[in-house]
Amino acid sequence: MEKQDIIKSFKDSLFTGLIALALFGPIVGLRTASKGEGLFITPQWGVVLLLVGLCILGRFLININSARKTEFKFLSTLTSKFSNITDDKAKHFAITGILFAVVFPFLPFTDRYFMDVAIMILTYIMLGWGLNIVVGLAGLLDLGYVAFYAVGAYSYALIATTFGWSFWICLPLAGLFAAFFGILLGFPVLRLRGDYLAIVTLGFGEIIRIILINWYEVTNGPDGITGIPRPSFFGLPFKRSPDEGEMSFHTFFGLEYSTMHRIIFLYYLILVLALITNYFTLKIRKLPVGRAWEALREDEIACKSLGVNPTNTKLTAFAIGAMFGGFAGSFFATRQAFISPESFTFIESAIIVAIVVLGGMGSQTGVVLASIFLIGITEIFRDLEQYRMIAFGGAMVLIMVFKPKGILANRKPTILMHGDNK
Amino acid sequence: MEYFIQQLVNGITLGSIYGLIAIGYTMVYGIIGMINFAHGDIFMIGAFVALISFIIFGLTGVALPIILLLVLLIAMLFTACYGWTVEKLAYKPLRGSFRLAPLISALGMSIVLQNYVQVSQGARVKPMQPLFSGGLEFFKNSEFIVTVSYLQIFIVVLTIILMGIFTYLITKTDLGRAQRACEQDRTMTALLGINVDRTISITFIIGSSLASVAGMMFVLYYGVIDFYIGFLAGIKAFTAAVLGGIGSLPGAMLGGLLIGLIETMWSGYVSIEYKDVAAFSVLIVVLIFFPTGFLGKPDIEKV
Repeated sequence: MEKQDIIKSFKDSLFTGLIALALFGPIVGLRTASKGEGLFITPQWGVVLLLVGLCILGRFLININSARKTEFKFLSTLTSKFSNITDDKAKHFAITGILFAVVFPFLPFTDRYFMDVAIMILTYIMLGWGLNIVVGLAGLLDLGYVAFYAVGAYSYALIATTFGWSFWICLPLAGLFAAFFGILLGFPVLRLRGDYLAIVTLGFGEIIRIILINWYEVTNGPDGITGIPRPSFFGLPFKRSPDEGEMSFHTFFGLEYSTMHRIIFLYYLILVLALITNYFTLKIRKLPVGRAWEALREDEIACKSLGVNPTNTKLTAFAIGAMFGGFAGSFFATRQAFISPESFTFIESAIIVAIVVLGGMGSQTGVVLASIFLIGITEIFRDLEQYRMIAFGGAMVLIMVFKPKGILANRKPTILMHGDNK
Repeated sequence: MEYFIQQLVNGITLGSIYGLIAIGYTMVYGIIGMINFAHGDIFMIGAFVALISFIIFGLTGVALPIILLLVLLIAMLFTACYGWTVEKLAYKPLRGSFRLAPLISALGMSIVLQNYVQVSQGARVKPMQPLFSGGLEFFKNSEFIVTVSYLQIFIVVLTIILMGIFTYLITKTDLGRAQRACEQDRTMTALLGINVDRTISITFIIGSSLASVAGMMFVLYYGVIDFYIGFLAGIKAFTAAVLGGIGSLPGAMLGGLLIGLIETMWSGYVSIEYKDVAAFSVLIVVLIFFPTGFLGKPDIEKV
């Protein structure tokens, strides 16, 4: 490295520092705090200096080593190797993953906390797989997927609390309701082009949330619905002391009562639901309608010319995706036993879309990896409550910058006329 | 009738704010074809910078017009830095990659900015004492007196001035020509010797500055801000941009006015709880009949 280069990169880092000062100066440096009447400012120049210093140093190091290129190469070779491995041995990978998921609750280190996180990850995996039908296969960007999740959760909660029907009756009903909403929304808007569709679905998500907040008579407004029945093990409730003449899970099997039973049951429930979603997607991809989705994603005009009705085809994708969202919503409702509009904000939609895109659109394994990664990140940063969402957003940006096609870029159509994959 | 005029005045004021934000969306969409999701949060940062500078200058006791001018310039400057940096960090490396990548990156950036402000400025709402007071009153003899506050006049006049400058910038200067050329064909523009990267950066800077002005107006008009205002204002402004025809600059302003009017009319005559629903429902209906918005160019897809 020549002296000139060092001076140049030094100047460059100083410029970075100047920008950093402009960025952090007002927002971090001048913290506003209310005190009695009106606002006052508490300066925090120490933090600003630290941040600016870090920026200068970081930039300087990057420049000096020009580390960026090698690092980038390293990252991309690593991930592409990874993609190849998983592509070649997708089946082995999937089987190992499922086996691990099945024995997970009985591993020695698994405790209540791990189970809760695992259930959450599986819920997101299921949502990701459901949305993958819409975004990954049909290529429709849906930013309001949480609306269907909410419709599923609320219809489950309302049916279950009003009629007292069991989980296995309410679940399909909730799915149907969500699918119905999918058709209701999809019918007018699916003719729109990609980005317009994105914003309309986003608006729809917000509409559903606002209705949930304001329609007191039905949804109980912001207070939400409480006392949603917990699921039972084929009629055997998970209760410490069952009612007279009723068996509960632990008495029937002669086990010691433990709250873990219900958690483990919920875990398997969501695992099975998620696997059904996955199985369904893998099968439907091979049917004419699944092929039509992929064809539409690749080239809409060619599809139209060949007599595929784009609106109907998209509508099926939308409705089926919504249905799985509804199933996941019912699971959410029964797990929490309490739902409120708080749980169905835009950020949830953003997380689900991020999982699908970061995983590599259309890749089922990618969804699993992205869910584990993203939810894992927020869990690792759990103690730093305030910083976890910064880390989450930052991870989204970084993955996109270094791996724009997602962790597993598997955008190959299932069949190709003159393709290499048979 | 008087009530209607009052709502009209309120709607135009609100519409000016949305319109200024919408321009940022529509310009970025026009030039690189992406939805800049973080733009709403840039607006929020503009509002915070304006609030902080109002507090600082409020202590010095300078005359109001000077304070307004200074705050305006400061907010534009610092917020432009944010717009520029966001583009450099999150969008520039993704140029030429597939369509959804910048959108996801923008979503991530939006989450980062929101939480960054939440961490550094605190999650509580920030109230500010009103700087403007008084206004003009009309229809004094009737039951309902229509008030047009000085603040509303200030907001609308400032918007008109900025729109004038902005239109001049886009239609008459070299910069504007370069910008419009980039919109049409980026490769060809580069071949003709225009620095495309620089033009895109400037687009972000202009968009962010206008958003920061909207942020300042928001602080003055509502008197309360928090780290979350960017989301709703952002999607409404984007709705406005789509309504007017995305990529069209007069369309953005028209869409902003329409969304502002719809919102105030709806809260005035129908129900205030569902005012946000109104804007989105109108959007869905309009898109069914005018798929490219009111002033958008029809978009012909080729195989």
